[in-house]
Amino acid sequence: MELYEQTIHDLQAQLQARQVSSVEITNSFLNRIESTDQSINAFITVTKEQALLDAAAADQRIAAGDCAPLTGIPVALKDIFLTEGVRTTCASKMLDNFIAPYDATAWARIKSQGAVLLGKLNQDEFAMGSSCENSAFGPTRNPWNREHIPGGSSGGSAAAIAAQQAVATLGTDTGGSIRQPASHCGCVGLKPTYGRVSRYGVIAYASSLDQVGPITRDVTDAALLLEAIAGHDPKDSTSVDCPVPNYTAALKQGVKGLKIGLPKEYFIDGLDADVQQAMDQAIATYRRLGAEFVEVSLPHTNYAVATYYLIATAEASSNLARYEGVRFGHRAKDTAGLIDLMMQSRSEGFGAEVKRRIMLGTYALSSGYYDAYYIKAQKVRTLIQQDFIEAFKSVDLLLTPVAPTPAFRIGEKTADPLQMYLSDIFTIPVNLAGICGISVPAGASSTGLPIGLQLLGRPFGEETILRAAFDFEQATDWHTKKAAL
Amino acid sequence: MRFQPVIGLEVHVQLKTDSKIFCGCSTRFGAEPNLNTCPVCLALPGALPVLNQKVVEFAIMAGLATNCSISPTNIFARKNYFYPDLPKGYQISQFDLPICLAGHLDIAVGDQTKRIGITRIHMEEDAGKLVHGQDGGSGVDLNRAGTPLLEVVSEPDMRTADEAVAYLKKLYQIVTYLGICDGNMEEGSFRCDANVSVMPVGSDTFGTRAEIKNVNSFKFVKAAIDYEIARQIELIEDGGKVVQETRLFDPNKGVTRSMRGKEEAHDYRYFPDPDLVPVVISDDWIKRVKRELPELPEVKFNRFLTEYSLPEYDADVLTSSRTLADYFEQCAQTCTNAKAAANWVMGELTRSLNDNGISLEQCPVSPAQLAGLIRLIDGGTISGTIAKKVFEEIWKNGGDAAAIVEQQGLAQVSDTGAIEAAIDQIMAANMGQVEEYRGGKDKVFGFFVGQVMKAMKGKANPAVVNDLLKQKLAG
Ligand SMILES: [Zn+2]
Repeated sequence: MELYEQTIHDLQAQLQARQVSSVEITNSFLNRIESTDQSINAFITVTKEQALLDAAAADQRIAAGDCAPLTGIPVALKDIFLTEGVRTTCASKMLDNFIAPYDATAWARIKSQGAVLLGKLNQDEFAMGSSCENSAFGPTRNPWNREHIPGGSSGGSAAAIAAQQAVATLGTDTGGSIRQPASHCGCVGLKPTYGRVSRYGVIAYASSLDQVGPITRDVTDAALLLEAIAGHDPKDSTSVDCPVPNYTAALKQGVKGLKIGLPKEYFIDGLDADVQQAMDQAIATYRRLGAEFVEVSLPHTNYAVATYYLIATAEASSNLARYEGVRFGHRAKDTAGLIDLMMQSRSEGFGAEVKRRIMLGTYALSSGYYDAYYIKAQKVRTLIQQDFIEAFKSVDLLLTPVAPTPAFRIGEKTADPLQMYLSDIFTIPVNLAGICGISVPAGASSTGLPIGLQLLGRPFGEETILRAAFDFEQATDWHTKKAAL
Repeated sequence: MRFQPVIGLEVHVQLKTDSKIFCGCSTRFGAEPNLNTCPVCLALPGALPVLNQKVVEFAIMAGLATNCSISPTNIFARKNYFYPDLPKGYQISQFDLPICLAGHLDIAVGDQTKRIGITRIHMEEDAGKLVHGQDGGSGVDLNRAGTPLLEVVSEPDMRTADEAVAYLKKLYQIVTYLGICDGNMEEGSFRCDANVSVMPVGSDTFGTRAEIKNVNSFKFVKAAIDYEIARQIELIEDGGKVVQETRLFDPNKGVTRSMRGKEEAHDYRYFPDPDLVPVVISDDWIKRVKRELPELPEVKFNRFLTEYSLPEYDADVLTSSRTLADYFEQCAQTCTNAKAAANWVMGELTRSLNDNGISLEQCPVSPAQLAGLIRLIDGGTISGTIAKKVFEEIWKNGGDAAAIVEQQGLAQVSDTGAIEAAIDQIMAANMGQVEEYRGGKDKVFGFFVGQVMKAMKGKANPAVVNDLLKQKLAG
């Protein structure tokens, strides 16, 4: 097996046993990126030279006997994470020329262990999208079928794993942006509880919904990465100050005796037949493993998409105000005065979907509409949170599909934003409620596209969903399947 | 028709914290442009605010000192607008739930007191500033961006410019007493916006108001409000209408003029800042701040009356600022003659500070040095006239009063022999005046005192001189 086909825990064992060097591993991935990325477009920036220097440094560190869990492991980051000295674009023309002057906390934590940065990954511009088609650097393609989208917004992060261009990546999840692409690309994608991982240095889309998480080949790697990035950060007031459990140790506890809820609002008539079948098989597998199933209700699910698009766009309209061409990023040329400079820079710098959402959010917050839209959305958000709190009184976790269909075709929904927005219908409520969720490979469509299942846990209940995901992974072989490239 | 002005003030108080409100950058004034900045106050992508607890503490102090109630839950909101000195494209401020609500201050109007309501006090961050170059280009300096401010909003309870100034001075006195503001108005640490309208006397409906922005001296506040009142009355009398607008005061011309721009008809799209968690202020926290609150001007004034038996005038002058009050108290406690200390602080000391154009903080004479001087007067070692010379010497060259008196031989003479000799000599040379005195013209007595003191080079003990003169002149 090639080095680029392996997991963090495989590579880690070999590094520690000195059977392989970080430079060899890094080269293996760099070559893989070179040979495959023209057809996938997962990377916006490849940091080849720095990666090899960092890998050599990691090898020295290992030789000196100082080996942390991620020392020498090559990772890639969604281009939403600030990386000191490395171009950070957020897939926008607005930040095309932006060299980050500091590191995001999540990246800084991995980096301090001696992980190696391979490069920065494609995404929907400012994380706005469900398909990775809204990028100023062109769409990313699904490695399982290049006519299809990889999902979004962390499409590059999921596609890079599926294309075996990186052993692990970090993404962000605002309305499903980790879980949905992980599902479409046959990877494991974990969205931690809001506040579990620092957002410092992560370019904000919707501050009250954004959360950082790993996309990996298997559940063990997801636990390993979460362990590295989780925990309080004094630079992020919303990051929660509570101890980080040993997630990898929690994996082995199994699902026997756990009560899993099936929210009836998620198993609707219009659900794709292949997705339905994958869910049925997953439920059967869990039954065999000793879990118990009960039907639960999340009655306000129907309002989640509308609520999400009011809150997320309201926050985004404000968060993106700093991109005005004055201090950094894109600045329009030959403008007539200050107002014109700001307007032109923003007109030229932002793509259509970003503009659409800024306008939606500006409208939702404007006087006369604030109560009817933003305030009402916040009230519904509370109801959605309460739905989950109620459900978790009787079950340990919830099982749902990740997306209503497998990955759709590139261009299929670009003309119809509302259709596109509905593809996040099963992931969005999780962000509104701030709970944790994981997407695990659980099947394939008749055309060979991956299908994931979603496990949802209580706030800070990552251990429970990780152990359930791990047990499922042990009982099935979906995570071992590889896209032919 | 006669008109009644209505005035409300919004005062921006810059807080004297070491670091900014949402990051660790220094708040020091006058640094190189953009030196005191970091990703947070530059609003770089990915940066997040973290609240400086000291700001909350200072706001609680201000609220308690102005009789406000303190909100147990505090939400920070974003006030959205575009301006190049506002790096995030929004200002973090408070909107729905300000930290302090419904307080008041009492001001003196003539010999009565008037209560001015305080609607709210909220915490917010300052913006940066634009620096306009010679070449027509402009630079952005974000050193000030993120400096913590309190905005103190009054009720429209003031009716004259003098009342507005009295309120402003009272508020200034309080925030400087609390030590939460350096009070440097020239650097903008204490500045105000005045809302001014006029209505016919007897009306209960306020007229349309104009807002005069950023006035930063008591003198200009008075001038700006007086000008604005006159302008609005004249406008209405000429059949015109006051429009709601923002105006700027031009201190050189003494006029206000319309400032059309970013403030007009703006929709700030306030909403709770999702990057900051609500601040919960417990009763215990409030109690702790209350305990640590310094003595406020009114309490100090009353204490000076009772503890030092000072006249009201003296107590009022001496408590006008905390530094002055502290100076006086240190001096009074060391010399144990409060009235003498008060006289010297209000007289010679203040005069010398004014003549030299320096503040009390820069005063070269310490309270202990002044106390030493007063003790020499009280002990009869020197006269008041000599004391002024000694004071000047300490001011210029420093040193201890007793040492100076000894070195320069300034101690006064109480030796009756020497004084008697001088008196005899002067009486002999001025027999005409001696006759006048004996003829009942008491006024001449002063002449003799002056002559004797002159002959003794000011060093004669005035009490001894008086006694002996009376005896001798009586014949
Ligand atoms: Zn700063």
